[in-house]
Amino acid sequence: MRTGVPVVGRRAISFISRVGSIFLLLGKSIYFFKAIPGSLRLIFEQCFMIGNKSVPLISITSIFIGAVAAWQAAYQFKFIGAPLRYLGAAVGKAIVIELSPVLTALVVAGRVGAGIAAELGTMRVTEQIDALDSMGINPIRYLVMPRFFASSFMLPLLTMFSIAIAIGGALLVSVLFVDLSYETFLSGIKDSFKMSDLFAGLVKAWVFGAIIGLVGCREGFYAGGGARGVGTATTQAVVISAVMVLISDYIIATILFRV
Amino acid sequence: MDSYIKIDNLKKSFNENDVLKGVTLEMKKNESLVVIGRSGCGKSVLLKHLNGLIHPDDGSVFFEGRDISELKPKELVGLRKNIGMLFQSAALLDSLTVGENVGLGLRESRLYKDNEVIDIVEEKLKLVGLSGTSDIYPSELSGGMRKRVGLARAIATEPEVLLYDEPTTGLDPITADMINDLILDLNEKLHVTSIAVTHDMKSAYKIGQRIVMLHDGKIEFDGDPQQVQNSGNEVVDQFIHGRATGPIQPN
Repeated sequence: MRTGVPVVGRRAISFISRVGSIFLLLGKSIYFFKAIPGSLRLIFEQCFMIGNKSVPLISITSIFIGAVAAWQAAYQFKFIGAPLRYLGAAVGKAIVIELSPVLTALVVAGRVGAGIAAELGTMRVTEQIDALDSMGINPIRYLVMPRFFASSFMLPLLTMFSIAIAIGGALLVSVLFVDLSYETFLSGIKDSFKMSDLFAGLVKAWVFGAIIGLVGCREGFYAGGGARGVGTATTQAVVISAVMVLISDYIIATILFRV
Repeated sequence: MDSYIKIDNLKKSFNENDVLKGVTLEMKKNESLVVIGRSGCGKSVLLKHLNGLIHPDDGSVFFEGRDISELKPKELVGLRKNIGMLFQSAALLDSLTVGENVGLGLRESRLYKDNEVIDIVEEKLKLVGLSGTSDIYPSELSGGMRKRVGLARAIATEPEVLLYDEPTTGLDPITADMINDLILDLNEKLHVTSIAVTHDMKSAYKIGQRIVMLHDGKIEFDGDPQQVQNSGNEVVDQFIHGRATGPIQPN
């Protein structure tokens, strides 16, 4: 009979072992960074795949993120009686330091992280990873390192793309529905822009990219149990990545932004 | 016996299920061994110990006197390059073409130029009767063709040992016989030491100079194909004649 304590114990052991294996995979992937010059083709393929898979979705989500941010901010400004000329500054900062990095990461986790876990999981259960090992090809160098590297490299680029689109969405709403001139909106952004904000947003994106790549690889690489195992790995990759992105977002915010 | 490969008291369990309970086996160079046994009896587990894909709980595997569990990572990579393996499902990488699959080990070793890899790939594909299929993706191939590509990949680095995991499983009898012929042909041309695991007795008799039966985690019988057929061992008899009743209990 299953009692509460053994179940909790098993889950705790499983959690610790999962966290441990993620850090182990991180260490091994970093070890294989020395193989980057010989793996440029594999890394480029992964970068292309991540960009190709994510850009359309990021475009749609970003334009609406910007639009909603501008609309909601205008509503709040009117409620507290703040001048609308600061709308661009408020929305721009929110997009650069929080909205674009986090929402881009969540989109990529759902699209790319899940894809990585499904691909590696299928390779695991169909013995393709064993086949690499049997040929003397280290699967962490061949499969994990390029995905991990590409994911952490691409997330900042995708975040910059998202920032541009989201600001465009916010500008459209501000000009069309809030009765703000585009010069006022843009000067608000320009006057409040700080390079350190953009840097912080991109640092977040880089960490989120590393998390998504690593968690997707971990879940797929250690998948087992046939199609069901691959399905579980895919779901777990998205859930764990999303939770870790939000937790690390808080941690980075407390380090980079002193209140 | 002057053993090339030696398996000494090998034990392996998965989730408290004892799969191998002390397997001891020796092989000479250029010998062709077939391991038979019921599905799930641990044949593939035994095979994957030979190239270090699975690590033993207890016991050892020796290649030319060297315990493979004591090899350094680089030495293990070197050993694996000398052991080709045909997987049960061929295990071709879906994202690569046939040519890229066959040439993968060569390309990643960085010892060959691109044009050399292309030549070797074509030569190996010709050996398995699949000349001119380099640009096709594995998803476009039949089961038999996939196995042959898997074979071409296994022999691409010209290994001294070939491991075959259920080489004829899932194939129609004619294609299965073609694969058997191909294995015999490759063993003869390449002078390799080969170990095949199978439950297909027709295949076992055809490709094995020596047959061992794995039962209940241990070697039940060891002999040549003639001896297997006249063993007088009830377990072996039940298995080779495919009888539902006898000393072997259902799983």
